Amino acid sequence: MVKINGQESDAAGMTVSQYISTTDYNIDRIAVEKNEQIVPKMQYGTTVIEDGDTIEIVSFVGGG
Amino acid sequence: MRIKSGFEPIPTREEYMESLVKRHGKERQERFLNAKAAVCGLGGLGSNIAVALARAGVGTLHLIDYDCVDLSNVNRQQYMLSQVGKKKTDAMKEIITAVNPYIKVVTDSVKISGTNLSLLSEDDIICEAFDGAEQKAMLVNGVLEKYPQKYIVAASGMAGMYSANDIRTRKITNHFFLCGDGESDADGDIGLVAARVMVCAAHQAHMVLRIIDGIYDA
Repeated sequence: MVKINGQESDAAGMTVSQYISTTDYNIDRIAVEKNEQIVPKMQYGTTVIEDGDTIEIVSFVGGG
Repeated sequence: MRIKSGFEPIPTREEYMESLVKRHGKERQERFLNAKAAVCGLGGLGSNIAVALARAGVGTLHLIDYDCVDLSNVNRQQYMLSQVGKKKTDAMKEIITAVNPYIKVVTDSVKISGTNLSLLSEDDIICEAFDGAEQKAMLVNGVLEKYPQKYIVAASGMAGMYSANDIRTRKITNHFFLCGDGESDADGDIGLVAARVMVCAAHQAHMVLRIIDGIYDA
């Protein structure tokens, strides 16, 4: 099992890119952390989500 | 009581620091004085963060914004009407100098992008205080990738007339804190309202002070 934003998910085996494509996230407005480490944007296509991983996807909204 | 002429000397550095030490304690004030914080974006969030950090006596503030003060900013940003048209970096330096002339203020009137993040190389803690969602994501990703040892305190979701209680600080990683309600977009019907934006700015400024003080929980 994988935890994504606190929810259990069966995304293990997918790359970050593949997982994001199944969601409504806008890739230009997010930051992705895997086990407390930032996943560089350039590595979304090669970073595989593995069993036991904790993923946090922060999606920004405008205003400041 | 003597009528003030407006030309009384301001308190000396020693008097000023003594008054801060009385509030915060000597060791904590020394930590504040030795800290270097950057404020990226000097709008509703950044102008309020910068003033809060200046009042607390954070020793070095790095203020970055490429824009000028506009009348439409005055509803929520710290600027005076007399400052409309000035560079925000210059206007904010004036305000800070009036509040606390004994800290170092470094300004850069430039637009931050993925290619000039080395601008932030000297800063320990970085506040993301931009307006646009893409800009926010760019800075957070860029800083965490390029400078994983620095701290970034960002904001997302502070628009509208929703409850101020929905705004909170979350610890995303050991070096990334996020303030806001996470949802309320400035593109909505009401836009940005001074007090709610200031609540979010205060969350960010307070998290910066906590990090400086060695407290790493939200």
